[in-house]
Formats: sequence, structure tokens, C-alpha cells
Amino acid sequence: MLHVHRVQKSYRKGGMLSREKKQVLHGISFDWMPGECLGVIGESGSGKSTLARLLLGIEKPDGGTVRFDGRNVADRKARLGKISAVFQDYTSSMNPFYTVEKIVLEPLTTRYGRHFNHHGKIDSLLFQVGLDPAYRVKYPHELSGGEAQRVCIARAVAAEPQCIVLDEAISSLDGSVQVQVLDLLKDLRKLYGMGYIFITHDIEAAAYLCDRVMFIREGRLEEMIGVNRLKEVQSPYAQHMLKMVIR
Amino acid sequence: MVNMLEIRKLTIRERSTGKVIIPDSSFDVKKGSCLAIVGESGSGKSLTCRAIMRLNKPGIEQAGDIWLGGENLAKLPEQEMRRRRGRRLCMIMQHGMRAFDPSRAVGVHLIETLAEHFDWSKSEMTGRMKRALESVRLNAPMDVMNAYPHQLSGGMLQRVMIALTLVLEPDVVIADEPTTALDTVSQYEVVEQFIRLRERLGSTMIFISHDLGVVRKIADEVLVMKDGRIVEHGTTGAVFTKAQHDYTRSLVTAKLSLHQHFRQVMGE
Repeated sequence: MLHVHRVQKSYRKGGMLSREKKQVLHGISFDWMPGECLGVIGESGSGKSTLARLLLGIEKPDGGTVRFDGRNVADRKARLGKISAVFQDYTSSMNPFYTVEKIVLEPLTTRYGRHFNHHGKIDSLLFQVGLDPAYRVKYPHELSGGEAQRVCIARAVAAEPQCIVLDEAISSLDGSVQVQVLDLLKDLRKLYGMGYIFITHDIEAAAYLCDRVMFIREGRLEEMIGVNRLKEVQSPYAQHMLKMVIR
Repeated sequence: MVNMLEIRKLTIRERSTGKVIIPDSSFDVKKGSCLAIVGESGSGKSLTCRAIMRLNKPGIEQAGDIWLGGENLAKLPEQEMRRRRGRRLCMIMQHGMRAFDPSRAVGVHLIETLAEHFDWSKSEMTGRMKRALESVRLNAPMDVMNAYPHQLSGGMLQRVMIALTLVLEPDVVIADEPTTALDTVSQYEVVEQFIRLRERLGSTMIFISHDLGVVRKIADEVLVMKDGRIVEHGTTGAVFTKAQHDYTRSLVTAKLSLHQHFRQVMGE
């Protein structure tokens, strides 16, 4: 279980020497249960990507704690093999000098060492994300967006973590591929029993995949509600968001 | 209706291998209309649009004619072409982050672009830019202009780009997945902005998007691409209701499944 308790984060505004700070997160608290798919919905600039980085332990909160199974996520051992991530910008999240094979196996080699026997593993992972084994020798620049994001998902799944944080993971993909990737995530969830924290601005996608969604606005938790009760949202902000869906 | 852009026998191939990526593609964009190009990633939508802008990488070769209001862009020398970009043809890229110079404040970049095309004073440029930024729902325009690209979110940068287009008032706006990186609320408003931009300037638009919801809202005509080929071209209504090609139908139904699920959840 992931326990987020009153996390706060601010960044320096202006130059390196400026003292002025901009508060991005104002004490957000929530719990994520194993196997659950939790959607985090917010506008750009609402602090959802900052929240993702805090959940992943890439950055430390100024105040509050993020604990995974009782251990602070800032400790990399607490995260190893338990929590992984897929980011929006797939090009910058892969080493351009690595082949697809090396990219997907990277979490496994860090965990089990270089000589870990992975025969068949890579092919089955690529197959699960809908890619042909021929992709093993390709480099990131040879992939289209949808393919690259699938590689990133395969990499996130490789270590069979309990939780994958998806930060706008489908937002740069095109419509039909978005649905394919969402279906893929649903299937992988059934297969591995893993859970997701699905950070997005796309309410429709969140409703499609998630069990629970939370709305954040300007770094504050606005409302948390089960997807099957989505139409009963109370806060005016969440109601406004639901109205803005282009149909 | 007069055609603003006429693409004739556009062929794009890789220089090193000679592999043809887009074989012989021809289409027109009518003056003041909006053509949406849809298709999966890797179908050649962006390549086509970059070919119109002549912005493809040196490793990519293009042949064919691109007529912009009686002028063949394909035959123009690079220096002339550079003058057309921005003033007559404007492109809004998918990734706002990469469209800006990371080592300079956003405002510097914007003013530099405007100075390239207009003889306005600095205060006039700033003033116009400020109003444009406000109109795309960036409420603190001066803060935005003084910020560096990395300090702004992707959605904000995209809106800055749209604001710049509003000031440049080009004849043709090419928008390459402009709403993809935006959240639901700004997506809604940016699409409104695009519609308003068309109404105000009467500019012709090529709108690349995979979001068929957005396409249905903004486009007059839709062109469907698959593996570099144009598989379908028709009015928006026709493509959505009676698509001829299986591929188009699969694109339409994929998005529908999301919509339907959402409607179900919302109890509509």
C-alpha cells in the first residue's frame, strides 16, 4: 500500500539565487491500495506531474511523507521492483544509444545482474505489449510514438512491480492507439495483478481504466470519488471538468 | 472555392536507403477551410506537413509541387522559404517544450520571432503578445514571458505557441497535434481558440490530430492516412457517418468505445 501523507512541494521561482518560491503541492493526502487503479485528474500546472515525481521518489517532498509498504520511497530499496513508471515523453525516457532489448531488460539487469537468464522473457514482454520480436534490435529513434510508449510499458512491466505510475502515459498517442494501450493496461493488470496510479487530464480515459479518481487543482485535492459514482461529484471544479469533455 | 494549398504528387523518401515513405500524395486545402489529417502514429501525417513547411531533416528527400496561392514552395530557394515560414505558413508543433530555445526566456524568443517579420516597436510587440497570451487563458502574461521553457508546463507552452500564431496572423496554420499535450479544460478552450482564429483571420488550417472528438468539432474536411497513403478524403460528416475504408471505420469505433463507456458512467 502506498500512503501519501500531507505532502508539500515548492520550487524556486525565477533564478538560482531567488528566494521567492512557488508552492506546487499543498498538503495532499491519500492512500493507494494494492491492485487498485487510481486516477489522478488535473489541468496542466495543477501539480500532478510533481506528485508523480514525489510518488516515485525522484524528488523529495518539502513536508509530509510518501511511504510504500511502510517504507519511505526516497529509499531506492523500498522502490526496487515494486514501483515503476511510464512517462509522457517517451523519447526522453529512453537511452538513445540502447536497443529496445536493452531498454526493456534494464530494470532486470539492475536487479538481477548482467548474467540474468532472460531468454524468452523479452519476446513475451514485447508480445504482451503488441510488438513483434523484430523490434528487439531497433533504436528509439526508429520507433513511432505508440511503439516507443509500448516499449516503455514493457520496461515498466518487466520487473513485475506492484504499482506503475503512469504520468500522462497515453496523452501523446493517437486515438485508436490510446484505446489499444488502455486495453493493454487492463489486460496486464489482470495478468499480473498489479495496480496503477494513472495521472492524466483525460477524464474519459481515466473513467475507462480506473476504479477511483481524484481531482487535483492548484496543488490541492479537490475531490476523490469512485468511478461508478462519477456523476455524483460534489465540487464545482470536478463538475466543470466533466462538462468540458469534448464529445 | 479557391484552393489555398495544392499538394501535387508529393513523394517523400529516405535519402540513405531510397525507401519511399510517402508515395505520390496529392490533395488540396480550400481557402479558409480546415482540413484535418488523421491516422496512426507513423502514418506520415507529420512528414507531409513538414514537407509543406520544408522542415524535414536533411536525411529525408521530397519531390513534387506545393502551391501556396499561386506560388510553388517546392521551387523556392531556402532563404525565400524562410521568409514564408512564420509570416505566411505557421506551424504549431506537438511538443511545446522542444519548440522553444531552452536557454532563453520565452518572451525573448517570441519577440525575436516577431522582429523577424514585422517592423513593430518593442513595446508594441510586447503589448500585442500580452493580449494574445491573455486570450489563450494565460492570466499572468508577463510572468509567462519572463519564464524559461522548463518553468512552464507543456500545456502552457502550447498556448504560448497559439498566442504567437494569433499575433503572426499567417495565411495557413499547420497545427501538428496541438491539443495532444493539453488537459481537458485547456483542450476545450484551445479548440475554441482555433475556431475563433479561423473566424477572425479567415486563415486556412491543416489540423493534424488523432483525437477524433476534436477533429469533428473543428474540421470541415478529413483526410485519413495509413502507411503514407491517403485512404480516405471527404467532408467531416461523411467520414464520421459513412466511412468507405475499413481503416477509417476502425479509427472511429476505437474512440467511440471510450465515449460510450464514459456516457455509461455518467448515466447518459
